[in-house]
Amino acid sequence: MQRLTVDVAIIGGGTAACAAAVALREAGLTVAVLEKRLCGGGASGVNFGGVRQQGRDLAELPLSRRSRVLWDGLSAKLSEDVGFEATGHIKLARSESDMAVLEAYARDAAGHGLDLQLLGPNALRAEMPWLGPAVVGASLSPTDGQANPRVVGPAFARLARRLGAEVCEHAPVRHAARDGAGFTIEAEGVSVRSRHLVNAAGAYGGTVAGWFGEAAPVAPLAPNMVVTEPLAPLVTRSIGVVGGDVYLRQTRRGNVVLGGGRGTADIADGLARPVAATSLGAMGKTLTLIPDLAHAQVIRSWSGLDGEMPDHIPVIGPSGTTPGLVHAFGFSGHGFQLGPVVGEILAELVTTGRSASPLHPFRIERFAGWRGPFRSEGEIEH
Amino acid sequence: MPEPRVAIVGAGPAGLRAAQVLAEASLRPLLVDEGHRAGGQIYRRPPPGAERPAAALYGFEAGRAQALHDLADALAPRVDYRPGTTVWGIAPRDPDGFDLECLGPDGHGRIAADRLVLATGAMDRTLPFPGWTLPGVFTLGAAQIALKAQGMAIGRRVALVGAGPLLPLVAHQYAKAGATVVAVLDVTPLAAKVKAAPRLAAVPATLAKGVWYTMRGALRRQPVRSGVRAIAVEGAARVEALAFEDAAGRRHRVACDAVGASFGLRSEAQAADLAGCRFAFEPVTRQWQPERSGQGRSSLPHVYLAGDGSGIGGADVAELQGERTALTLLADLGRPRDPAREAHLDRRLARQAGFRAALEAAYPYPHHLVEGIADDEIVCRCEGITAGAIRRTATERDASEMNRLKALTRTGMGRCQGRVCGHAAAEILARTLDVPVETVGRLRGQAPIKPIPLREPA
Repeated sequence: MQRLTVDVAIIGGGTAACAAAVALREAGLTVAVLEKRLCGGGASGVNFGGVRQQGRDLAELPLSRRSRVLWDGLSAKLSEDVGFEATGHIKLARSESDMAVLEAYARDAAGHGLDLQLLGPNALRAEMPWLGPAVVGASLSPTDGQANPRVVGPAFARLARRLGAEVCEHAPVRHAARDGAGFTIEAEGVSVRSRHLVNAAGAYGGTVAGWFGEAAPVAPLAPNMVVTEPLAPLVTRSIGVVGGDVYLRQTRRGNVVLGGGRGTADIADGLARPVAATSLGAMGKTLTLIPDLAHAQVIRSWSGLDGEMPDHIPVIGPSGTTPGLVHAFGFSGHGFQLGPVVGEILAELVTTGRSASPLHPFRIERFAGWRGPFRSEGEIEH
Repeated sequence: MPEPRVAIVGAGPAGLRAAQVLAEASLRPLLVDEGHRAGGQIYRRPPPGAERPAAALYGFEAGRAQALHDLADALAPRVDYRPGTTVWGIAPRDPDGFDLECLGPDGHGRIAADRLVLATGAMDRTLPFPGWTLPGVFTLGAAQIALKAQGMAIGRRVALVGAGPLLPLVAHQYAKAGATVVAVLDVTPLAAKVKAAPRLAAVPATLAKGVWYTMRGALRRQPVRSGVRAIAVEGAARVEALAFEDAAGRRHRVACDAVGASFGLRSEAQAADLAGCRFAFEPVTRQWQPERSGQGRSSLPHVYLAGDGSGIGGADVAELQGERTALTLLADLGRPRDPAREAHLDRRLARQAGFRAALEAAYPYPHHLVEGIADDEIVCRCEGITAGAIRRTATERDASEMNRLKALTRTGMGRCQGRVCGHAAAEILARTLDVPVETVGRLRGQAPIKPIPLREPA
């Protein structure tokens, strides 16, 4: 049994957790990261790879805007190509009422400094002649883009290690408790004493909060993903739709990644699986958007386990019950773009008790009166 | 109570024998066959109208092939046979049973089954060597397919390289078919075969003949060279020659226009993986396989295993296991048992296991080929990932196991989904990390098992 004494223990090894470890080391604190499997291998590593501000809950936009700046310098900071490209994110309307939704959102987003360009059918087809007849208009966010999710989390973990953080993998946390002036955390093979504790446990964030008497209803969420073989360049932008039932992008390598609907998640063993019927459904919807993809071959499907909150925005902020405890979980299927800034915010909360970003909408106390189970359904934008 | 619906995946020797037992018990099993005619890879049949005499196609396996084909024809009215149908996904179905996602001649379809017999066979195991991605390089299995299905050789002057009993078999089949085989190169030492020979000779199995051919150099005009090392295909745009080092250390160069090369077999176990079967590492052939009891049970109730897909045993063993597994399934259904038949099969399988161990000893794993893989050699040809990239990722980017290696490098992320490159990548990763190969694990299986069109055929 390894024993560690650090300033900050972090439960979870996703992008936000490892980014927090980096920021805390840069602030001079000692850090231990406790990850149940491999860092960046959960929701951080198997998501769609969208780096998107457009379409977010307005409460998330200030964080998302701040994170977007970090993405520009991420490859340099991590000394590794994370594949970020500002291809733009275009959200498609398939009806007039969809278009009205996009127009209303564009007005609201402008108030947060996010400029969105509304495109009618002619302008849209001039730029993307390969779109199918089902599409009637769109909203373009030119500064959004995409990146390779598989490398971001592990690269943050390696940087954290290089900066001196103790990154413990294959170390699932069994229990954590307040202990005098600090915390004790018991994990597989390692026992940690710390002054501060960060709960970045994703789908298990509610369980960790429960150890400290806080309610946080987290449902397992398993986005269903499919990818084609590499194809000649065609899909120039990351694509979503009003309603969120299908989304796709083409990677630098040429593969078209498409998602939509849900796989199955088993919170007990931590495994998420794609569902064939869901995959076939997303494939069919993709073809209505881009008929030219009919010849493409699908080579793989997958899913990953994320945590979803009832109001589809995460919990980020200090504990309501326990001094020294800070939460960041429940990103509800769209945490990838936020990961880098959440790391900075967590470090701010640990070192100063407050953040430069507005966190009130994300406080855990909003669920204080929550009773009973929460079962999530319906579409979620990724 | 309605009869349970049993689906057999694979119509090679194992699947056909299982189908026979279940059909005789009036269960009318579903027999899902990726091929267009039953027989599997080893007894692959030419398309209708292109038939050739069995002796010309299967060499010393002709009698067995004919028997299996006759069986398939005789079973036709009593099984629900689905030719040309790929099972690309398997998922548990509530409350029990499974959904098979299939792509067949009529497009996508979902088949519900209460019990599964997975008889998914094996494919060639490849290892990278200089020139292995050049046009004109095939696996030994592909060389066989060309002969059996199309009546074609892979080239005019063919060199064959291998590390298993498939090598002398293909050499024999090519020689009998009248092809020009310019070299037959065994990368395992002759001494291993000599040492294993007494145990092999004790078993009257057809494959033993292959070892005898090898030892006696009885292939007319072209004896097998054993103990060959440092093979390299040369050519500008396609195969022009095969260079190698003989057991005495002398370099040779043989002009040829096609090379058949593979190094033993690997189980095609993706269906078992998707069904949720537990896997175990098999140390002799150095691969992960679904756990199978001697009676053919997997780790899951209602999933049964037979043949090379769950342990490399060859076609004779596959036939025995197919029958044995189906008897187990019937017993689990509460059908009357035939203890004498079960005991007979168990005895024969036990003898075969001894023979198989001797055969594996005759063709030990070619470690020297893995150790010789240069940094600039492509390992994952779908994604163009070199051995050097794998080694650097292991040491510089903390790739401690195969799925992390895949995530960081794209190894095994292309069209083959690691079926071709996964083994070599694991061997390279383990050697780089200086750990046993089982420590780096295996690539997780994901649907589809083989590529499927975004839009199904109309």
